[in-house]
This record gives sequence, C-alpha cells and structure tokens, in this order.
Amino acid sequence: MSVKNFQLDDQGRLRHFLTIEGLKRQMLVDILDTAESFSGVVDQAVKKVPLLRGKTVVNLFFESSTRTRTTFELAAKRLSADVLNINVAVSATTKGETLLDTLHNLQAMHCDMFVVRHAESGAAHFIARHVAPHISVINAGDGRHAHPTQAMLDAFTIRRCKGDFYPLNVAIVGDILHSRVARSQIHALTTLGVNEVRVIAPKTLLPKDVETLGVHVYHDLKQGLRDVDVIIMLRLQNERMQGQLLPSEHEYFQLYGLTEDTLAYAKPDAIVMHPGPINRGVEIDSQVADGPRSVILQQVTHGTAVRMAVMSMCMGSHIKAEGSTA
Amino acid sequence: MMQQINFDQVFDDMAAKLKAQTAHITTGTPVMIGIHSGGVWVAEQLHKRLGLRDPLGHLDISFYRDDFTRIGMNPQVKPSHLPFNVDDRHIILVDDVLHTGRTIRAALNEIFDYGRPAAVLLAALIDRGGRELPIEANVVGMRIELQSDQNIKLKGPTPLSLHIAEKDK
Repeated sequence: MSVKNFQLDDQGRLRHFLTIEGLKRQMLVDILDTAESFSGVVDQAVKKVPLLRGKTVVNLFFESSTRTRTTFELAAKRLSADVLNINVAVSATTKGETLLDTLHNLQAMHCDMFVVRHAESGAAHFIARHVAPHISVINAGDGRHAHPTQAMLDAFTIRRCKGDFYPLNVAIVGDILHSRVARSQIHALTTLGVNEVRVIAPKTLLPKDVETLGVHVYHDLKQGLRDVDVIIMLRLQNERMQGQLLPSEHEYFQLYGLTEDTLAYAKPDAIVMHPGPINRGVEIDSQVADGPRSVILQQVTHGTAVRMAVMSMCMGSHIKAEGSTA
Repeated sequence: MMQQINFDQVFDDMAAKLKAQTAHITTGTPVMIGIHSGGVWVAEQLHKRLGLRDPLGHLDISFYRDDFTRIGMNPQVKPSHLPFNVDDRHIILVDDVLHTGRTIRAALNEIFDYGRPAAVLLAALIDRGGRELPIEANVVGMRIELQSDQNIKLKGPTPLSLHIAEKDK
C-alpha cells in the first residue's frame, strides 16, 4: 500500500512544496513544463500575470538569504500577489513569541502562502502541519534537509541546456554532508531519470550512507569528472573550515576546486552550475565561473519562473474543481 | 462527431471576409494570433490564405483566466509566443469556439500586457451563443445552436473535426 504524500491533496495535486522526496517523475515534469510557460512572462511589456491577484504571500525567513528571498518575492509579484517579507530572526520570536503564535497572527491577517527558510531540518514540515487548510507552505531551505525549488531550477536549467535527462551523467562536487541543495538535487535528478549522479567530495564532507540515495561516490575530482555532462559545484561554508572538516581553503581548492584544467576531464560540452553565492578561488576558479560553459546566471534567471510555477500549482490545489467556460 | 463539414470552404469564406475587413488598413500589414489550441489550428489556415507577412503568434490564456480560483492550474499550459511587437499593429485574434466571451477577455488582457495594438479584430470558427460578456466576433465561420449542457470541441490539427458532447461526460 502506498503512503499518502503529505504535500499532495486528495486529487494528487501539489498542496505544499516541502521536499522532492516522494514526488513522482510526472509531478516534477509538470513543474518544469509550467515553469517553461512562465519563463515567457519576461518577454511581455508588463512582466506579470494576474493569476494570484488578491492572494497574500509571506516570506517567512528565520535565516537570512537575500537572493532566495528576492527571487521568491519577485515570483510572487510577477503572479500579482501581495508580498510580506518577515525576517523572523530580528522580529517577533526574539521578543518571546512562539513560532505557532507568529503563524496564528499571520493567518489572522488572511495570508494565503508561507515561504519558509529555517536553520532547523523539518521546520517547513512542522509549519505545514500547523497552518489552516487553505494555506500552502513552500520550503525555501530547512537545515540540512531540503531546498526543493533550488533543485527544480537546477533541473530546469539542465533540461534547457541538454534537452533529455536520460543520457546525462551529472557530478555534484563539494560539501554534500551539510548541503540541503545537494540532497534535493540528488532526489530530483534520480527521479527525473538521469543516467548517473556522482558525488565528489572528501570523506569528511560526505554523509555515511550517501550511496543509498542512488549515487556513485568519488573522492578524486579528475576521476569523478570524467565524461560528465553537467557539473554542479556546491558552496563551501566558511564554518566548515573553522570546524576542522578541511585543512584549508587553499588545499580544498587544490583538490576540489574547478579550474580550466580539471574541467577538461568532463565532456567538451559539459555545463557548469553553482547555486550561489560563489566563493571564487575556493570552489571554482573565476575563469570557469565566468567562462562560456558556465550557466550560473541562467540558473538565477530560471529561479523566478520555477518558483512562479510551484506557487501557482500549490495555490491551484485549494480550489474545488468546477467547469470552465469559453 | 457532427456531420461532415467542408472546412476548406468555411476557411475560404472567413479569409475573404477578413480580407474585406482589413482592406482599409494603410498603416502596415495585419498580424494574426491564435488562441491555444483550437484557435491556433484555425489561425494556421487563415494565416496561409491571407498570406500574412509576419509569422503567426499564439496565446495560451491559462494565466489570465478569471476562473483560476475555481478550477486551479491548467496542467497543460503552453507558452504564449508573439513573434512581433504588438504596439500599433492591427491584430486578427482567432479562436475556434466563441461561447461566453471570457476566453476572449483573457486573451485581450494578455495581448495588452505585450503592448498597445492599433486595433483587434476577432475571428471565430464557431459562434455557439451564450455570451456572458459584451464581446462579439467580426468574422464567424459557422453559427451553431447548442443546449447549455452541451459542449462543442474542435479536434485536430489534421484532420479537423467537430464534436458535440454533454458536459462532464
């Protein structure tokens, strides 16, 4: 018997977007296809559509992130929603208000969607379980757990550049252990059916049971990059250096930094991705980051369309099916 | 399926009427936009017959529907594509079935988000009546009387055929 996915409504439509895990391939394809349509909105003189007019989206950020918050804000505004940005780290909860009190207050203001960023794994799930039935929750990154919209915008960028997922070998390089982005990317890419997902990292930055996610593990960058079509570099957090998981930034770059030389081991048409913000000279050399095979800025552009797709699909699931008219 | 329809004859007649209605235009040539999906099939036929210079544009009005809050997201949205600047152009908007007028209202809203056309003409293959908004077509291929619980659908693109069905069946 299949277990009902908490993110889906009774008709199998996306109600919340908390993790890629457990979602079927067709749902991910629907998100990518819908995002494709939204990507055309920027060609209009008026770069918005009226889909979420009258709805209120709350960016509830317990952990600061200018880029992710901005793309969610832009996505909501392009859907004509009203947007509230609440940096909870410096507001209510610091005055002693509990998370549930904050949620209940926002619900009382008739908000329709919460976009949640939190340092604790599972925070977005917790919130989704405690909101009123008409509210959708989108996970904008929780602890080490998941960052599903980032994974989907990466998948969108790969599909745009490479077409089909099936023949592709994809390498994810860097701090897999602490990366919610990597976990979500692995779930997305394996569900979408890529030929092979490789993770390349030192042992100290790999989860113990990473193979159970269906990936191949490499500790040598050159070996791991051989014949790959897509290279996803991960951001190295500064605290990992201070936490003695790595000897030094310099040594990390020598062993795992992507340069013109190491890029040569990948296929000649391989693309280079990075979720940003980049540590130049730590994960990636500037020549590669700004080079012709880098699609890092395209990832940023696609972020808005993918988030518009997820927001509109989630909001659309609260709706009772009725007939349409011509 | 309905009785056999001579679509070539219907499209020839519609193209002749459109030619007459656009004969007065002196500021550039008209451009044509079909509404996804049946409207695009009809527009392809009319575009060919009128020999329009600019490529055909197509609209998916899913993001502009007034019933999103009732029916949710269309799972098969196709990207709109207008391969020309609409500002100051004379636009021929084409759909397969004109019924309530809400699709046309949505299409007009979307077109105006691309720019400000000089004028918009509406061509519909079928007018089945039942308008809920003050919208009428300039050129109609066929008028068909239907019960309110019936739907008419154009299937295609090749061959084109018309189908009448009871709603929700």
